[in-house]
Amino acid sequence: MDFVGSNSAVAGHPGPAGAAQTVAPLRDTVREGLKIVVVGGFGVGKTTMVRSVSEIRPLSTEEVMTEAGVGIDDAGGVRGKRTTTVAFDFGRISLNDQLVLYLFGAPGQERFWFLWDRLFAGTLGAVVLVDTRRVEDSWYAIDRLEHQNLPFIVARNNFGPPTHTIDEVRDALSLSPDVPLVDCDARVRESSKAVLIELVRHVHVLAEAAYGPAAGLVRQP
Amino acid sequence: MIRGPIDRENPDRLYTITGGRSRADAEVFDLVTLVIAECDPSPAMQSEHFRILQFCRSPRAVVEIASHLGLPISVTRILLCDLLDAGRVTARHPSRSASVRPDDPPYAHPDLLKEVLVGLRRL
Repeated sequence: MDFVGSNSAVAGHPGPAGAAQTVAPLRDTVREGLKIVVVGGFGVGKTTMVRSVSEIRPLSTEEVMTEAGVGIDDAGGVRGKRTTTVAFDFGRISLNDQLVLYLFGAPGQERFWFLWDRLFAGTLGAVVLVDTRRVEDSWYAIDRLEHQNLPFIVARNNFGPPTHTIDEVRDALSLSPDVPLVDCDARVRESSKAVLIELVRHVHVLAEAAYGPAAGLVRQP
Repeated sequence: MIRGPIDRENPDRLYTITGGRSRADAEVFDLVTLVIAECDPSPAMQSEHFRILQFCRSPRAVVEIASHLGLPISVTRILLCDLLDAGRVTARHPSRSASVRPDDPPYAHPDLLKEVLVGLRRL
């Protein structure tokens, strides 16, 4: 699958300049980097989604936790290991002269989440990408996002004609009615773009309510 | 989990790059903090510092730098701290994306989100 393909390409990454230097630099005027995380099970199409909207070929990077760090986290799955490594892909969208959005494809498995606070604090929101053949892969991610109070939407990546109605998916995920659930084809740029727009619209609604009418008034001309 | 380059990396080398240090203040470098070189690299420098300065002639996010160097985020942050202390780079940290005060709502400000929406719709 795409996921595997892109990672093995990265594994062959020689490290030095060659591949990485072909990545276009940012505009000199850029002031602020923003984050959106696409989270989901293995092979669900996270990298595919990042690739379809990114202005650069998705890159991969890694983080390691040493034994000391592992000891204090609560991810039971990593206990007893000296170090643990998490790889994640990212892409980039220049939104305007000042803002650049980074999209991260992050694994949703339990062993990953101890890094969440360190890496993804300040994220605008998350897209949980779901493969309806393996709905259970998403339960943990949804649970953690709710717990972290991070706004998110769920996108069903259709690998073929859908076999379940969207309501059935909502039931299977025990998803709160407040959380948007959309269909997408992660391979298609317009479809992935629509998912991101839906996420930001959702967060915008939450933010306007939370910041109160004063926030809206500031924006009035 | 697919093994990446770092799993084949010699831990001694990672240790040497940072001199075995960890720095709490390295956490100020967010994944998307933008880093800009303020001077040219010189051959006398540690090779990783050299490569960062070369790479950051225009702004680059921390995550891009880590990927370029083929080093973990945490090691990259320590190298960036060294360069920041020496005045060789400047950093543009994300300031508007997260709530600043603890009692702020856990969302970005609606104005910023509106800007993001406009940018995405224009793609």
